[in-house]
Amino acid sequence: MSLRMSAAIVGAAETDTVGVIPDKSALQLHAEAAFNALADAGLTKDDVDGVLCAGQSPVAVAEYLGITPTFVDGTGVGGCSFMLHVRHAAAAIKAGLCSVALITHGESGRSRVGMGAWARSPQMLMAQFEEPYGVAGPPTRFTIPIVRHMRAFGTTEEQIASVAVATRRWAERNPRAMMREPITVEDVLASRLIAWPVHLLECCLVTDGGGALVVVSAERAKDFPKKPVYVLGTGESTEHSMISMMHDMTESRAFKVSGDLAFREAKIDRKDVDHAMFYDAFAHTPMFALEDLGFVAKGESGPFFAEMRTAPGGDFPLNTNGGGLSYTHTGMYGMFAIQESVRQLRGEAAAQLDDVRVSIAHGVGGMFHAAGTLLLTNDDGA
Amino acid sequence: MPQRPIPKPTPETAEFWAGARRHELRIQRCRACGRAYFFPRPFCPRCSSHDVEWFTASGRGRLYSYVINHRPPPGFQDAAPYVIAVVELDEGPRMMSNVVGVEPSPERLPADLPLEVAWEQLSEEITVPLWRPLGGGS
Repeated sequence: MSLRMSAAIVGAAETDTVGVIPDKSALQLHAEAAFNALADAGLTKDDVDGVLCAGQSPVAVAEYLGITPTFVDGTGVGGCSFMLHVRHAAAAIKAGLCSVALITHGESGRSRVGMGAWARSPQMLMAQFEEPYGVAGPPTRFTIPIVRHMRAFGTTEEQIASVAVATRRWAERNPRAMMREPITVEDVLASRLIAWPVHLLECCLVTDGGGALVVVSAERAKDFPKKPVYVLGTGESTEHSMISMMHDMTESRAFKVSGDLAFREAKIDRKDVDHAMFYDAFAHTPMFALEDLGFVAKGESGPFFAEMRTAPGGDFPLNTNGGGLSYTHTGMYGMFAIQESVRQLRGEAAAQLDDVRVSIAHGVGGMFHAAGTLLLTNDDGA
Repeated sequence: MPQRPIPKPTPETAEFWAGARRHELRIQRCRACGRAYFFPRPFCPRCSSHDVEWFTASGRGRLYSYVINHRPPPGFQDAAPYVIAVVELDEGPRMMSNVVGVEPSPERLPADLPLEVAWEQLSEEITVPLWRPLGGGS
């Protein structure tokens, strides 16, 4: 079953603000984003029959909003879950399981209001085989592959730092971005060493916020107020639950499988992509995406970023909202990557590009644990 | 010495931890396809054969990738900076550990640095495998 051009995003919105929101619970952020996205689509909650979310249970979100769904999906594979939700919503709509799918994200990542605890059983695999060695969250696990990439391809610390610099240049143009002061490669390398080779400015932000999407069949897409954003291609995959089990630390197997699925379904080439959102949990994550999705050959991402080709004015505009590094990162950032793809395709972005016809939103889940890829377009093919 | 979180074995990992207590690196091998694998489970992750056996690995390996952690979690403050590594065993599988007995600097930790297993006892039941440069290194 191909999902190509079968569904469209007709509602998309974030919470009123993103950043530091200590007076709202995670569930409240889901609801605020949901109401904003429904208003964007000219719908109410009574029109919704499909509920998809991560972080909170879809049972809790449906109850909170007062929805009795005929389709639910609580796929929670980390920050890329929402890419998978769009894919699953399109499939459910095509199969007749629902007609209006609401995908929500809300996370009090910074203020930790209404969030679950971090506690982990000492019997979990990660507790048996990683935690005894002094890992301290994603900065010491997600980052371990970098040195292998450096040693294999000569990737340098300056090249990795340049990812953060290019991303910040986009954030300078986005009034909603948390970090907007210009930075240089020297600033990045002079920022606090977290876990060599990673510095503070190469790590994503930790914020509060949310976002939501409304997905319907492509046939109905023109009946809504905003320009439809069509689902052109989709992919998903997983690889490991512990970073130490990654098959080859110079590439993400999940990225490759997910990306190939999306491009095959979309029937387009890499050169047809006008705008890209690659989940940037750390500066190296978009480097892996650039290579593993086939935009450059293996080992070529370092020089590509160092030449500022992804920055404003470059030939590969990437993470144009300022990314997880400088815009916002609630914990599961993938929703915000999709939101920016939708804005660019509608012509509503803060740093709007000219002539965007195809955008890619590619997410990572956990620490290279999972991946989801969406190719989106505003071109109905007519 | 860091105050490490102490793992609790499960039925399929008990042999690994029992071996570690004796300073034996016990991992598994598939008798159908011949490949060694880690982490422990009662079947081969490649071919699904349940005809698998435990054996004692050589305790030799190489440094596959790593970070040098400067921001330690509780229990590790006095140990920082320290090396969190993924080690590739001579038998093929990889595992996370720490590389000890060497200055935690990139210059001292080249790619594929040969390593040998060392042991640190955490409790009566649990001893963890650590790794150090082969032959004492630097």
